[in-house]
Amino acid sequence: MKISVQSEAFDLGAESTAFAQGHQDQGAIVTFTGIVRDNPEGTLQKMTIEHYPGMTEKALSEIAAQAVERWSLGDALVIHRYGDLAPGEMIMMVATASRHRKNAFEAAEYLMDYLKSRAPFWKKEFLKDGAEWVDAKQEDEDSLTRWE
Amino acid sequence: MVDVLYFAWVRERIGVPKESVETSASTVADLVTELSAREERYAAAFADISALRVAVDQELTEFDASIKGAREVAFFPPMTGG
Repeated sequence: MKISVQSEAFDLGAESTAFAQGHQDQGAIVTFTGIVRDNPEGTLQKMTIEHYPGMTEKALSEIAAQAVERWSLGDALVIHRYGDLAPGEMIMMVATASRHRKNAFEAAEYLMDYLKSRAPFWKKEFLKDGAEWVDAKQEDEDSLTRWE
Repeated sequence: MVDVLYFAWVRERIGVPKESVETSASTVADLVTELSAREERYAAAFADISALRVAVDQELTEFDASIKGAREVAFFPPMTGG
């Protein structure tokens, strides 16, 4: 299991390839990548992501360990960046490895749902006419209930 | 003494990311009451605690949780990772 909280960019291809190595008994690998999305008006200058050093790593490790156990994964990976990011930059990725694809897909969704609302990250958007903290969405909170 | 941490707009409103607080509060809610009585900037940040989340020693918890023996209490808005 690899958990990384970092300010620097990551190489999606290299991370995915490295993750796939040494898992001959796993038939499926799913990866998800989150990107800094500009608004339709194109006014996003940058996004700043704040986190809680110490708790972040702990929370991500716990969430990933739960996914590994619940879906009998061969492995799981979470990389999440913090600091200043430009529109189009990769914010984070998750990867899951399992014997068959269904578990890998479900576990990746579970990881995403949980880290959105339970890992201590906060996004602030800097627009042309000012900055604002991104509000948590009720639908993100609601999406956790399906895993109960 | 307990370290109190603030993140995102809570940090901006209170004006510091972290401070050591001398307190006899036994729960998170008691600590919030103590801080809010100190200065307006705390009262403003804690005006609506339903808009806030709290972690004690880096574990998410509720406002009625005990802080006896805790090293660290953190206040922040709902998280927006991913």
